[in-house]
Amino acid sequence: MNDMTPHRPARDAARVDLVLVADMVERGARVLDVGCGDGQLLRMLTEERGVDGRGIELSQRGVNDCVAKGLSVIQGDADADLLAYPDDAFDYVILSQTLQATRQPRIVLENMLRIGRRAIVSFPNFGHWRIRAQLALRGRMPVTENLAHSWYDTPNIHFCTIRDFVALAGEVEAKIERAVALDSGGAPIGFKAPWAFWNLFGEQAVFLLSRDRR
Amino acid sequence: MLDAAAMRGEATPMREADQPQSLLMRFGADRPLAMDAGVALAPFQIAYQTYGTLNADKSNAVLVCHALTGDQHVANVHPVTGKEGWWEVMIGPGKPIDTDRYFVICPNVIGACMGSTGPASTNPATGRPYGLDLPVVTIPDMVRAQAMLIDALGVETLFCVIGGSMGGMQVLQWAAAYPTRVFSAIPIATASRHSSQNIAFHEVGRQAVMADPDWRGGRYHEAGVRPEKGLGVARMAAHITYLSDAALHAKFGRRLQNREAPTFSFDADFQIESYLRHQGRAFVQRFDANTYLYLTRAMDYFDLAADHGGRLAGAFKDTRTRFCVVSFTSDWLFPTAESRAVVHALNACGASVSFVEIDTDKGHDAFLLDVPELFSTTRGFLAAAARARGLR
Repeated sequence: MNDMTPHRPARDAARVDLVLVADMVERGARVLDVGCGDGQLLRMLTEERGVDGRGIELSQRGVNDCVAKGLSVIQGDADADLLAYPDDAFDYVILSQTLQATRQPRIVLENMLRIGRRAIVSFPNFGHWRIRAQLALRGRMPVTENLAHSWYDTPNIHFCTIRDFVALAGEVEAKIERAVALDSGGAPIGFKAPWAFWNLFGEQAVFLLSRDRR
Repeated sequence: MLDAAAMRGEATPMREADQPQSLLMRFGADRPLAMDAGVALAPFQIAYQTYGTLNADKSNAVLVCHALTGDQHVANVHPVTGKEGWWEVMIGPGKPIDTDRYFVICPNVIGACMGSTGPASTNPATGRPYGLDLPVVTIPDMVRAQAMLIDALGVETLFCVIGGSMGGMQVLQWAAAYPTRVFSAIPIATASRHSSQNIAFHEVGRQAVMADPDWRGGRYHEAGVRPEKGLGVARMAAHITYLSDAALHAKFGRRLQNREAPTFSFDADFQIESYLRHQGRAFVQRFDANTYLYLTRAMDYFDLAADHGGRLAGAFKDTRTRFCVVSFTSDWLFPTAESRAVVHALNACGASVSFVEIDTDKGHDAFLLDVPELFSTTRGFLAAAARARGLR
């Protein structure tokens, strides 16, 4: 256990991110929020959408905050604790800004789609032009306002770009039901652009996946 | 024949066994306790303490289950030792288990020595202490007896059942055996089964007691003696398992006890030796040796999964109880993995479960000590459960 939190977007962006995720969840659904932090999203889903919500959180402080709010949250992490859940235990499994901090992102995603009918994944896009520019022009590992860790102390060990994620979704045979890219102001990029455009200008992305039943 | 304290009419363990300074519920021949050993125990009695007030619709009762060497005196001065209750940090007005709000019930378990029927109690058939004539007691027996007490108190559903270590085993057993009677449950520093290592430690303790010539096959009461040496050694060995290497080293290191240099003898040169000897001596003044045999055995036999076809999840099928499982990082007697196994089983049946592993160097005993994270977790969980229960 450590106090390092994975990437958390700036305040306003976080709200948009959470609202976007919440909008993808049907009322009354069974939801598992992996990496639920202090329970902000779970609480929003419980109060506004009447979901039966559960959470997993790494930090003791986060778990305590959640328990104090009356949320059912266990201390654990995505890599270790998803394995113990039975198939189809949830309607949605949410991984919010945490994928890049897992040891085995592919296995985590596969488990999400095993225990949930749908998976919602939000993550920072490492293909954003500012990040590309830092690497290309300065030749240094990117450090931005939203990705404030240096390479040697970051908990974010598996960054990916939007296009990388689309490829991973294909590899685990997930169907992309919805995808939204957010610009640096936290606003959704309001038109259907090719992946390449989103990959350059989207600072974050939110994907709604389901099992591909081909 | 007890001792000077008894002659003066002061409380002693043996006196407490039959006539405790506690509330007492007697169950006559018409209400026997069906024990796992296949015996219907009657009559029997349960000594218990209560704190706070039961509300009009009897929905605010919290059952506190005590550990191996605990008893019902959870939040009042102990009648034998004169020390404060063993969980005063947790229970009282304004405390995490707030007696201004909840009605707290703490019974002495069956098999113990502070007033509930146990090996030190007088066997009505013989007029002598039961000794080893009492059937072996199990965790389910303890819980079955507690359910009879709760019935007698007119409480249908407990708002919460909470306890650590052996108390946590009772919490799990309550949730498994009486799912509709347990609104919320807080098992702390416990396990769904006793591990081989833990059975081994207990066996060492029991052999120490039984190797003491004063044990006399469990009939020491009639002989006017007590196996103090054996029970003291059992306590010393067990006490080590309740702490952690780090905590012991921080507290005692290799420091010497009231001396400048080793004495080249087998005196208690080191502070840790002196401390353990003190723990052993203090323990035998308040605890019955046969009770130690019975309660350690009860823990050894506990295996919740085995009672449900080998699947722990089977114990909690369709449960609607809200769980908050707590473990401590430095607890090597009931390590976090044991709690996690319970959590995984609860997850597998879709139960509402929270789980906190608290970072502390205090070892297994952390659940009894001033650990703020335990208090904040308990407080928050209970507050949310109270909202869900509609408690004001």
